[in-house]
Amino acid sequence: MSEPEIGIIDQVVSQEYKYGFSTDIEMETAPIGLSEDTVRFISAKKNEPEWLLEWRLKAYRNWLKMEAPTWQNFSYPKVDYQKVIFYAAPKQKITLDSLDQVDPELLKTFEKLGISLLEQKRLTGVAVDAVFDSVSIATTFKEQLKEKGVIFCAISEAVHEHPELIKKYLGSVVPSTDNYYAALNSAVFSDGSFVYIPKGVRCPMELSTYFRINAENTGQFERTLIIADDESYVSYLEGCTAPMRDENQLHAAVVELVAMEKAEIKYSTVQNWYPGDKDGKGGIYNFVTKRGSCEGAFSKISWTQVETGSAITWKYPSCILKGDNSAAEFFSVAVTNNRQVADTGTKMIHIGKNTKSRIVSKGISAGFSQNSYRGLVKINKNASQARNYTQCDSMLIGDKCGAHTFPYIEVNNNTATLEHEASTSKIGEDQIFYCNQRGIALEEAISLIVNGFCKEVLNQLPMEFAVEAQKLLAVSLEGSVG
Amino acid sequence: MNMLSINNLKASIEGKAILNGINLDIKPGEVHAIMGPNGAGKSTLSSVLAGRSDYEVNDGSALFMGKDLLALSPEDRAREGLFLAFQYPVEIPGVSSTNFLKTAINEKRKYLGLDPMEATDFLKFMKLKMEEMEMDKSLTSRSLNEGFSGGEKKRNEVFQMAMLEPKLCIMDETDSGLDIDALRLVSAGVNKLRTPERSFLVITHYQRLLDYIVPDFVHVLYKGRIVKSGDASLAKELEVKGYDWIKQEVELAK
Repeated sequence: MSEPEIGIIDQVVSQEYKYGFSTDIEMETAPIGLSEDTVRFISAKKNEPEWLLEWRLKAYRNWLKMEAPTWQNFSYPKVDYQKVIFYAAPKQKITLDSLDQVDPELLKTFEKLGISLLEQKRLTGVAVDAVFDSVSIATTFKEQLKEKGVIFCAISEAVHEHPELIKKYLGSVVPSTDNYYAALNSAVFSDGSFVYIPKGVRCPMELSTYFRINAENTGQFERTLIIADDESYVSYLEGCTAPMRDENQLHAAVVELVAMEKAEIKYSTVQNWYPGDKDGKGGIYNFVTKRGSCEGAFSKISWTQVETGSAITWKYPSCILKGDNSAAEFFSVAVTNNRQVADTGTKMIHIGKNTKSRIVSKGISAGFSQNSYRGLVKINKNASQARNYTQCDSMLIGDKCGAHTFPYIEVNNNTATLEHEASTSKIGEDQIFYCNQRGIALEEAISLIVNGFCKEVLNQLPMEFAVEAQKLLAVSLEGSVG
Repeated sequence: MNMLSINNLKASIEGKAILNGINLDIKPGEVHAIMGPNGAGKSTLSSVLAGRSDYEVNDGSALFMGKDLLALSPEDRAREGLFLAFQYPVEIPGVSSTNFLKTAINEKRKYLGLDPMEATDFLKFMKLKMEEMEMDKSLTSRSLNEGFSGGEKKRNEVFQMAMLEPKLCIMDETDSGLDIDALRLVSAGVNKLRTPERSFLVITHYQRLLDYIVPDFVHVLYKGRIVKSGDASLAKELEVKGYDWIKQEVELAK
């Protein structure tokens, strides 16, 4: 790199995180720390049936025996679980039939985040479940969905309303013993969304959950379960933000997807948790387990993620391709700036015949950040004619950041076809000057180049959110070059 | 008022002097050609005028319609109406020409205090210009310069020129790497853009481009100075006699 460019990039000016405000509202919290009593407290708060409490306790006891994994490409200070609050909820009756009962402060909070829960201002064509700290505040368009037989509600509500589905599928894709953070989540999960799409139904609107961490010293442990029955279709989107706080906050979610025969689930994430300040102080630890099972033949699961927030992002939305002829996709954009770290990718486990998977990962690193793609493509013995295509592209902005790629491949059937392409590029001085010469200034030029780089992934997002995601990319990188 | 007025311009890169006192006045509507042997400083002149940061200006001035050009950022020079057709246009994967030009035009409009162009108006405008410049329809959706042939890239530069409607166009060795058919197409495009107000500074090593884009003035650059100026016939003379006689003249004059 030539001298002038270093000069430009050194002038790092950090952009303020737009969603960093906090809401002053009276909260009810669990006593600080974690023990069996905490698990019982949460379960009691939600009036859970005995079997679920037992399930949680089993997970908790397992967790106690587990160690936090150490294979990742970053280090972080050990989380002291005795200093975390595992349950926080706005102090009011939370079984709401109408939004009139919702604290106006909460409505205002979501309004400020661009998510309107009020009837007249709702984004048309998108049903929203709003989760504030540990509880679901409101779910919109419930009635309209009900007409089609679609269930979209808080998971705590589903436990009471649809126990047979919860009993059957909770932990069926991500067992409570799966990993350290999944076990922790299974023990203390507080809320999240539940979706069931009946046979043959194409969900008439986008479903979306908006997660907001607000309280101090709390962790958020939500749990999402989506079941698409035979020949159904659903597109689901999650978004998340958090206030700016100096301490690191833990977010350990579990998402399970089940796609039956010929069903399709499209799951999109726009992750914008507070990333910490420019020196790496504060920010969310985003340690999430997301997995989908293509249970039925010809089923399809597609993950799309735009990861711009969090101090550390550590997640691998994965697919188990059980059904013959099932298909899975993973499209990812991970942007890291300042001191952020991302270790993300996917696992594609091919079990059925003629299964195919596609991975497109775009990593963009700026500042002093580290961005890793880690992925596993596994072809089991009976997965004849399985196919995978993997493409990993990294882009570097400046010369103090890092991009890493860890692709793992295990093939146990020699009829499989695998392709892997990888590239690393740098936003060149020439590209920027070319834009400048056409009247496009530095920040705008970077945004243009980065959005072009991520185009394949952004094109996968539902229309309503693609524009938002594009803007988010620009904001995340704002100040990455002066 | 002059479109461009360069006075005793001296510039260097990494401490090495390249331009050693350039003097040049260009009036609105004029076409000036800068010719010269390799290493004379032709491309440096275009880079310095466009504001590439690798070069250091050591002395002299350049006024663009009376404004101090060298004090402006590269993007502001562009927004004021200076356009550089690059010798090597860069590729920007995933960015369509449509999106790129829309951004460029609206950035310029913002600078001039105008409202952004509506999407539909922009597309209409672009369609019109594409017809005018006889561009292929596929251009709108293709990524900027990605996978373009040498000829396509240069034609695209001229198309961008048509879209951005600059006051002064600097063409940096636009003819390099072009076969005769592409050269004709590119030149025809440029000639369509000639108006009584718009000026051109055409930088080239070879005379053949000037058969198509006929200049009002020809200047020979050698060792960072303009050592000879004349009309279009000077280019013809250079084509026949090469640059050696000029080099000799300069050395004798010392």
